[in-house]
Amino acid sequence: MRAGASTIQQLVTNLWNGIIWLVIGVFIVNVLGLIAAVVVNSFATRWLGTWLPSGFTLQWYSSAWTEFQLDSVLVVTVEVVLAVVAISLLVGVPAAYALARRNFRHKRAIVLLFVLPLLVPPMTYGIPLATVLYRLHLAGTIAGVILANLVPTVPFVVLVMTPFVEQIDPRLEAAARVFGAGTLRLFVYVLVPLLSPGILAAGLLVLVRTIAMFELTFLTAGPDSQTLVVALYYSVFAAGIRAGQSVDAMAVIYMASTLVWLLIALRFVNPTQLVTRVKE
Amino acid sequence: MSSTESIETGSKSQSLDGTILLIVPGVCLVLLLFLYPFLYGFVLSFSGHQGTGLANYTKFFSTPFLRQTIATTLWISFPATVVNIGLALPIAFVTRRHPLQRLVTTILVVPITLGTVLIAEGLLIYLGPQGWLNRFLLVTHLSTSIVHLTHNYWGVFLSLVISGFPFAYLLLLSYLTGIDPVLSQAAATLGATPWRQFIHIYLPLLVPGLAIGFCLSFVQAFSVFPSAVLLGAPAGPTRVISIAAYQAAFEDYDYPMASAIAMIMAGVQLIVVVFILAARALFYRGPTAGAKG
Repeated sequence: MRAGASTIQQLVTNLWNGIIWLVIGVFIVNVLGLIAAVVVNSFATRWLGTWLPSGFTLQWYSSAWTEFQLDSVLVVTVEVVLAVVAISLLVGVPAAYALARRNFRHKRAIVLLFVLPLLVPPMTYGIPLATVLYRLHLAGTIAGVILANLVPTVPFVVLVMTPFVEQIDPRLEAAARVFGAGTLRLFVYVLVPLLSPGILAAGLLVLVRTIAMFELTFLTAGPDSQTLVVALYYSVFAAGIRAGQSVDAMAVIYMASTLVWLLIALRFVNPTQLVTRVKE
Repeated sequence: MSSTESIETGSKSQSLDGTILLIVPGVCLVLLLFLYPFLYGFVLSFSGHQGTGLANYTKFFSTPFLRQTIATTLWISFPATVVNIGLALPIAFVTRRHPLQRLVTTILVVPITLGTVLIAEGLLIYLGPQGWLNRFLLVTHLSTSIVHLTHNYWGVFLSLVISGFPFAYLLLLSYLTGIDPVLSQAAATLGATPWRQFIHIYLPLLVPGLAIGFCLSFVQAFSVFPSAVLLGAPAGPTRVISIAAYQAAFEDYDYPMASAIAMIMAGVQLIVVVFILAARALFYRGPTAGAKG
């Protein structure tokens, strides 16, 4: 009797696991399907009412490049992303160090201050932020876009880096201090080399998140300060004005620019780190 | 760790030194670019064309076209969050120690990385009347006519699942892997089936993670914007609150009204979060590590 019961139990467990993996499979097939649809359409000559297009061509890439002025959009994207990564690291890493090594009054309030911009969705704080940036005549410029993008990335770097700093033995810093190193020399010769895996991970994650950050850039960018994802939004929004294939050619260029960095980032970080911070 | 504790507390006790100043740029940046605009928007929302005081709020709640955006947004974001968390919990539980877990997480991180604009464009083609999904449904006779999934409620709902499910899954997975496996091994030794281990051990310990996961997923879904415009019917069934705020700011140039809508958006999110966290307080609170006694 007992053996029979456990066989049924085993069967139910297997069935349950089968259903779960089926759901995962269906989800992944659909995600790959929507990505593949964009890629296939970007190479299609004409695609109406069939499984695959009637022919393939590369012409949409050159037409997208000129129609959407992708060279200037890409220059803006690179400028914004590099500035955001550099400033986030320069501001975030020292703050993470101070947070990990010192106790001070209102520390909990400061940690909360760094957590809030990551919890509140960009669309909610983006509109008041854009209003302030418009009043300061910064919205519509690259500087404004960079400032807006720093709001989630600096706290992100702080929260990702704090556990990395905590792992470093404070006696190393004490030793450097004994030999007369100031804070700057301490950072350059001791901390940055030891923290380099963490800095690399945080930098890559900020890079990937900034390329894909739509809302804040959208709310603060002007015609000359659009990044790739915002240009893509406008071209999808104005669907019908341009050929769909040319919009998808831009979408493929955007996908390539994010996925390359994602692949590099995944060599150094765990996928879960893109949504949650490193475990303490 | 304990050997370094004395040095650490020694340096921590000397309160004001140069090191603490390293936090100043970061704090200033968040204060100036996050807290100040929020407070500025809050103050601004009490001024404007409609008059001072609560005029913007009165207008929002007395105009059906504006007021309805709250219900519209809840009607999309709440079911999407329930589906995302509901799917993520069993899937994270089954895959958490599976050899394919790393591969699954790697694939699932792709839609998060690509972002909602690209997902919207992809779904427009994929779910469209000429898309692969409709062809598949017709060929397999799962459906006799074309299923309309774009430019309506379902387009936005599905885009929230595509981008929200991986987020919920990765979040719950990191909570689940933080629960000491010793606890379930102990239960297994006493004859508990995986199902009973899940109900009596994992689920109670996971309640805080589920509450946080639900809050974060909901807040993200509630602020849905690009897919509601591109993949939905932004004039009607998917006119979400973000669209109302955006139109007030960038089409009417009525910044006080836009700020008021942003505050209402934050207010609704806060109410739901407080409600969920209050409900969570009714459940078990305690360590997720095995007790050695």
